[in-house]
Amino acid sequence: MLIDEIRNDFPILKRKVNGKPLVYLDNAATSQKPKQVIDAIKNFYETQNANIHRGIHQLSEESTEAFERSREKVAKFISAKPEQIIFTKNTTESINTIAYGYGLKNIKKGDEILTTVMEHHSNFLPWQLVKKHTGATLKIADITDDGLLKMNHLEKLATKKTKLVAVTQVSNVLGTINPVKEISEIAQKNNSLFLVDGAQAAPHMPVDVKKTGCDFYAFSSHKMLGPTGIGVLYIKDPDKVDPFLVGGGTIKEVYTDKEAVWHDSPWKFEGGTPDVSGVIGFGATVDYLNKIGMEKIRKHEEEITKYALDKLLKIKNITIYGPMDHRLRGAVIAFNIGGIHPHDVAAILDSEGIAVRPGHACCKPLMSRLDILAMCRASFYIYNTKNEADVLVSGLEKVNKIFKR
Amino acid sequence: MYAENIMDHFNSPRNSGEVKDPDIKHKEFNPFCGDQIELTVKLRNGKEIQEIKFQGKGCSISQASASMLTEIVKNKNIEEVKKLTKEDILDLLNIPIGPVRMKCALLALDTLQNGIKIYEQYTKKK
Ligand SMILES: Cc1ncc(COP(=O)(O)O)c(C=O)c1O
Repeated sequence: MLIDEIRNDFPILKRKVNGKPLVYLDNAATSQKPKQVIDAIKNFYETQNANIHRGIHQLSEESTEAFERSREKVAKFISAKPEQIIFTKNTTESINTIAYGYGLKNIKKGDEILTTVMEHHSNFLPWQLVKKHTGATLKIADITDDGLLKMNHLEKLATKKTKLVAVTQVSNVLGTINPVKEISEIAQKNNSLFLVDGAQAAPHMPVDVKKTGCDFYAFSSHKMLGPTGIGVLYIKDPDKVDPFLVGGGTIKEVYTDKEAVWHDSPWKFEGGTPDVSGVIGFGATVDYLNKIGMEKIRKHEEEITKYALDKLLKIKNITIYGPMDHRLRGAVIAFNIGGIHPHDVAAILDSEGIAVRPGHACCKPLMSRLDILAMCRASFYIYNTKNEADVLVSGLEKVNKIFKR
Repeated sequence: MYAENIMDHFNSPRNSGEVKDPDIKHKEFNPFCGDQIELTVKLRNGKEIQEIKFQGKGCSISQASASMLTEIVKNKNIEEVKKLTKEDILDLLNIPIGPVRMKCALLALDTLQNGIKIYEQYTKKK
């Protein structure tokens, strides 16, 4: 598919910002949505809207069927079974579901949890919470100066006491793609469960949870062209995890004098009315991604990352974080320029219509490790062009000029 | 946004540094961008700002507004300084400030007004 055709599917890409064409490079925060997804949600509300798993009437049957069909699509998308796919609100809720439903119940004082210094707060704070409530130890694997995970350090920290290893597949700051397969082997050797934060991976490359060998995999619809409000949690063995949000829809039997009997997975995890239209919109998103092909998306992003890295490295006073080899990174480029505050950089870029993210990107431990307070992050997706990378480069040259660097 | 007056104050801040033996010394942060401003103030008769200096780190808006503020409050009565508002700062900056950057713009004024408040509580107790 041609990039022009793809861009045409995204109505927002036609708008102007500060009189300039929008150059949207904040995809790691959230992605834009194609009209196929917007239409699916609109169509659902206009023709099928009803609560699911409740009514016997026609609309309820149609909406239930559409909802469960989305689950099947998502399952297939990552090579899982539908009963292993739980819909949540976002990656954060997915990871918290494991922290509460597995961690608090099974992790004890003396046990260990192993994570890395490059984690998003969403895959860091839940483990600090489990540590606090259980007395377990939290171990943190370091990175190399190029921003790669120090595998020998991680391997050394992993022991027979490690109950859970929690690692991001792709760093939302460094762009680093972590060797999750190798990490899974280390986890298996120690009989530890393995959780992968796939928030920055599932949108950008083929994912196969079976090949990865993980026990839990979490990601968000909104970062992969889908609606906000939908997250996914893959659980290899749902019997190992207790529900975290209980209520309507999560039970088989409820008694007043003994414990309830939980429903089967995935329903035991999905308490209350879910975001039905969002899940249906996400089903349309998976169709859209499949139509383009995840291999193709990865290839496009690799090309644009290589192109942008080459150009950005030539800018005066720029520091780029993370590995320089585009094959080892996703389409995320974090940088600082000339000691200029990231907010100033982002504000000048905004005046040129360019959207980037300044700040710590919810990675305070990583900011400390890199010894910086904040950075700017440009992140690309399937609809971004090399020309847009050039616009970013000119914008940064303007930043240097305004600040006389 | 990057008007000449802002860049001028950012690149050559007025009253930068620290006042010796200050009556007021107060520091505030803006956790959103990591801006920080520390103000030191020497008062005349416990009422009037005789000398004021600032040191800080952060974006151009936060640092330029601190520099501008120190210029206008010199020799002013602290009662007057307490009455300064958001609008006064926006007039000084003279550029449009969106909701996200408002905290940066107001950091210096907040630091000064909170510093005065703490000073007054402390002297009242004595
Ligand atoms: C690596 C990573 N993990 C987790 C998250 C949290 O995602 P969400 O805000 O959708 O819960 C993000 C999003 O910023 C992320 O980049």
